Amino acid sequence: MEAASLSARPAVKGDRLRAFIGTYGLIAVLLALPVYFAAYDLVNDGSLTRIGNNLVDGISNGAIWALIAIGYTLVYGIVELINFAHGEVFMIGSFVAASMFASVGLTGDTGVVVLAVALLGILVLCMLASGTLNVMIERVGYRPLRNAPKLTALITAVGFSFILQNVGLLWRGGSQEGITDLIRSQHEIFSISGIDITNGDLLSIFVTIPLLLLMTAFLGRSRLGKAMRATAQDPEAARLMGINVDTTISLTFLIGGMLAGAAGLIYALYQTTIWYFQGFTAGLIAFTAAVMGGIGNIKGAVLGGFIIGFIQQISDNRDELFGFFPLGSAWTPAVVFAYLIMIMTFKPSGLLGEQTRDAG
Amino acid sequence: MTTIEKPVAEQPQAPEESRRFSLPPWWEKALFPIVIGLAAIFPFFVDSGGTALGTAVLALAYTVMALGLNIIVGFAGLLDLGFVAFFAIGAYVMGWFGSLFFAEINGEKGIHILVSGRAAELPGIHMNFFLILVAAIIFTTIAGMLIGLPTLRLRGDYIAIVTLAFGEIIGRIAINGDELRIGGQELTAGRQGITPVDKIDLPFIAPFTSLELKPWFYTALALVAVALFVNFRLRDSRLGRAWVALREDEVAAVSMGVPAVKTKLLAYGTGAAFGGMAGAFLGSFNNTVNADQFQFYFSILILGMVILGGLGSIWGVMLGAITLTVINFYLIPETFNTLPGKVGLEFDTTQITFAIYGFLLIIMMIMRPEGLIPERRRKQELHEGTDSGEPPITARA
Repeated sequence: MEAASLSARPAVKGDRLRAFIGTYGLIAVLLALPVYFAAYDLVNDGSLTRIGNNLVDGISNGAIWALIAIGYTLVYGIVELINFAHGEVFMIGSFVAASMFASVGLTGDTGVVVLAVALLGILVLCMLASGTLNVMIERVGYRPLRNAPKLTALITAVGFSFILQNVGLLWRGGSQEGITDLIRSQHEIFSISGIDITNGDLLSIFVTIPLLLLMTAFLGRSRLGKAMRATAQDPEAARLMGINVDTTISLTFLIGGMLAGAAGLIYALYQTTIWYFQGFTAGLIAFTAAVMGGIGNIKGAVLGGFIIGFIQQISDNRDELFGFFPLGSAWTPAVVFAYLIMIMTFKPSGLLGEQTRDAG
Repeated sequence: MTTIEKPVAEQPQAPEESRRFSLPPWWEKALFPIVIGLAAIFPFFVDSGGTALGTAVLALAYTVMALGLNIIVGFAGLLDLGFVAFFAIGAYVMGWFGSLFFAEINGEKGIHILVSGRAAELPGIHMNFFLILVAAIIFTTIAGMLIGLPTLRLRGDYIAIVTLAFGEIIGRIAINGDELRIGGQELTAGRQGITPVDKIDLPFIAPFTSLELKPWFYTALALVAVALFVNFRLRDSRLGRAWVALREDEVAAVSMGVPAVKTKLLAYGTGAAFGGMAGAFLGSFNNTVNADQFQFYFSILILGMVILGGLGSIWGVMLGAITLTVINFYLIPETFNTLPGKVGLEFDTTQITFAIYGFLLIIMMIMRPEGLIPERRRKQELHEGTDSGEPPITARA
């Protein structure tokens, strides 16, 4: 993969240690936090209920990160660019959803059937809005720079991210805004030995899994999906085989954007607070997830999303680690970023990462 | 605006001309005394306590930062999106060693090293500004090298993300540092901010005040002169050539014997040191070290200065820093703030600052990625791929 080190150098003494760390270091780092707190709960509470609840919340939050992370991974796989504006595309998805709730006139009392139909419609709308936005960004900003050094495209992406943040700021104001809790997201449906499953958990799983299956089928079976994979492997050869590379890249941005839009709707329903800055944080978290799974790898992105969600929940709900490091929701971003740095240090190719075309 | 830009900003146009008319290479260095000299007489034309001079002081401080970032991004080609970390560390060093922050230290009598006047009687640590400057440089150099370590194996955009993560972590520590206690003493004052901060107190001159900005201006100008000097000397040194070599082709450079680890770490360390210097200065000038200052936005502001002026081009970066500071602290909040309102839009210019920068970055990248005053080598590099008639296929560095 691109981030890999220079491989062309003679073997030196530390290499075996480095290889060992490269293989198991990341897994050890990832397991450290959950295992520590599982043991902590067992000793202090005598049960795993607390960490179990973290796991459930982590998975439903992680589903959102997974959907966003796929967008990063797809785009990186095909144009090798960190689409910095992707988080903001997700944020715009949330904003579209919130505006639609109001204009359709949905409230907490709306009947289940009407609500389900309306939400399905809004889901499609959010996906279309975010997808189109992502394609437009690619067309305006990234395509002219496709042969320029990577730095230029990345800075352009940062530029778009700023512009979209500002759009969000002007659209719905600069502070966190609560929106109607349409699905009573914290309402408990059932509980298994103290572990609560809420409406929100079910929603995020039941929207995410079909989307993931659909997308996997699309990539694996359809002609366009094959074209996408071919372009990711070798754009020049793909072009020689008659694949329209530009269209394929646009399609990739469209799919990534649509998944981000879906994530935006789930986020709005699940968290019931939105604000213009959510995209920046979510984007970085999802990017961490994508890197953790191995960028360019879709299964990896999903796995990474769930792991990051879990870690976040643990960090949100605990006070301190080893009696020294502070935790809690104020520190969660720092924890996630520390993980990002550790992944980069131990294994930049991620958990399921493969060698991609630029590997040395 | 024009009054501010006059002495400093208009001059750097010359190097670009010099290429067209092929003036000798020393011309670029001959500008050094001219620009500094012209800048030195600038305060005599404006009100010594007014916004214009205040903006000029900020412009100079940001120039120091931008010149520091220029070493990392421009010379060595390591895209650093977390430069705010060094601003934060420098400012906190100023806050720690030059304020009432450690009020309980030494039995509430405080520690005083080479300070005079009022500061010498207050509790807390109070050190001479020069000592603080040195401390800030040491702290940030170490921090710069630390963040350099995990990026050594990485390239391109991954470096950007790791540095960004580092910057965000420092930002988090700054915001939540009031609950981080080391030996009962909190680490930062969080969003409240450490205030007041000692004014710079130089020997033989009356202590600085916030009403008389001339001494601040000259201190900042001295820092800029140091930064410019170091930038020029480093660029033309063995180390500078090693940076460029690594930037252009890492494999080739390493096989020619350039020590990659040491060279990269030195780039991070040197660049960070300037961030720390300017950070300490700004901590004192702003009279507060507030956690809300240290956000991602700031890193992009400084990066924008470097890009606007021209990556790797020293005079360009200075021009970029001055232009963006004037836009950010003068034009946006003062001159044009009510303009959208006048044409019937329901917002002020300050509300769209982000979008203005975003737009600026995109336009620069698409229209003129080499910046206002391009560095020759960069310019060629940036136009390499796009000049060929081939249809674009993929983004490759």
